[in-house]
Amino acid sequence: MIRVVLPAHLRTLARVQGEVRLDVGEPVTLRAVLDALEDRHPELRGTIRDQVSRRRRPFVRFFACEDDLSHDPPERCLPDAVTRGDEPLIVLGAMAGG
Amino acid sequence: MTGVRILVGTRKGAFVLTADGARSEWQIDGPHFGGWEIYHVKGSPADPDRIYASQSTGWFGQLIQRSDDGGRRWTPVGNEFRYAGEAGTHQWYDGTPHPWEFARVWHLEPSLTDPDTVYAGVEDAALFRSVDGGRSWSELAGLRGHGSGPAWQPGAGGMCLHTIVSDPADVERMWVAISAAGVFRTDDGGQSWRPANRGLHSEQIPDPDAEVGHCVHRIALHPSRPNVLFMQKHWDVMRSDDGGESWYEISGDLPSDFGFPIAVHAHDPETVYVVPIKSDAEHYPPDARLRVYRSRTGGHEWQPLTAGLPQADCYVNVLRDAMAVDRLDPCGLYFGTTGGQVYASADGGDHWSAIVRDLPAVLSVEVQELP
Repeated sequence: MIRVVLPAHLRTLARVQGEVRLDVGEPVTLRAVLDALEDRHPELRGTIRDQVSRRRRPFVRFFACEDDLSHDPPERCLPDAVTRGDEPLIVLGAMAGG
Repeated sequence: MTGVRILVGTRKGAFVLTADGARSEWQIDGPHFGGWEIYHVKGSPADPDRIYASQSTGWFGQLIQRSDDGGRRWTPVGNEFRYAGEAGTHQWYDGTPHPWEFARVWHLEPSLTDPDTVYAGVEDAALFRSVDGGRSWSELAGLRGHGSGPAWQPGAGGMCLHTIVSDPADVERMWVAISAAGVFRTDDGGQSWRPANRGLHSEQIPDPDAEVGHCVHRIALHPSRPNVLFMQKHWDVMRSDDGGESWYEISGDLPSDFGFPIAVHAHDPETVYVVPIKSDAEHYPPDARLRVYRSRTGGHEWQPLTAGLPQADCYVNVLRDAMAVDRLDPCGLYFGTTGGQVYASADGGDHWSAIVRDLPAVLSVEVQELP
């Protein structure tokens, strides 16, 4: 079970509280997790990845196990601790005011 | 008609303000989509319960929300705005080529007759249409493709298509306005377009009388007389009596002819409203006095309307989509400010009062009459 932590705006949009838990088949890559997330919550399409290019939106970051995965290739496997469900994949908006 | 519903888009959410026909006691609901920028909220003229909202942030992009119950509950619908074919380039601020990139939806214009048909004006400038209630969107590519697209350039707010006006007498005719390209007209339902800027004069571009390149801020018409268009340009208030074929200036005795919104009285097509702003460098009212100006003569002669509006130390702006009129009798007027006030007049502008004073900066104001 993959655990995903969403930022507050996207939790509100997806009408979820706390973490999202997803079944994702092997290999557990960032792309596979985001695909599963968008399948479960279609309203999130376009909010994390651009609808057309499918690239990470510029102000969105991906963290896990105290590492920044934002610039990793989307087909790279996530850390074992995320795959086992010990640690969440954290999706968050870049820090900024306004 | 029993009342009105005001749809307010702000920097941090949408608000719905309702009142009975007296328009003196208001209920304020919101924020909807708190924390998100709501560039525009507009209801279908064919079904007042159908409302569309443009929701975006720089972080999480663009969403389109739809309500089928008058703004109480909302559902996200389609948000894939894909330019048709090769997107190409337009001019950047310095005149160099810049790729067309989707940023946000500035304006949503529901069809006059079909609640499921809605147009979206976007940045970078293009016109999209949905015929399935916002679930899917297709570009009307004849607008960008008519030839002058590579010469369009952004205004300070971005290169946005911000105004969409449908001709109530001819379903095939529409006008759109783009900053900073100008007005374009279609006579075949959006398949082909041509510039409609003859008579505009802009000192901020190399050829002040160019066919395209003008920073048109807003256009408006009266439904009974769709060949007469009124325009607030970057500078100059303009009028066309031939459906946009040619324009002439009607700024007359305004204290400043810079501004953003323009509106036409619901029952008198010669009565027009603007909100003068000091200059393009100082986006606040002349003399720090917030005054709506009304012309009862279709332009040239303008009368300040001040009763109930702040007449000292006022430094707010009124943005292009932030003014609306209702069709009750007497005609009601509404506008929102960058300071978060929404003002209403239930007597054609003679007297004003604030419905609410402390919203986030107001981006758009629309009004619906309730059956």
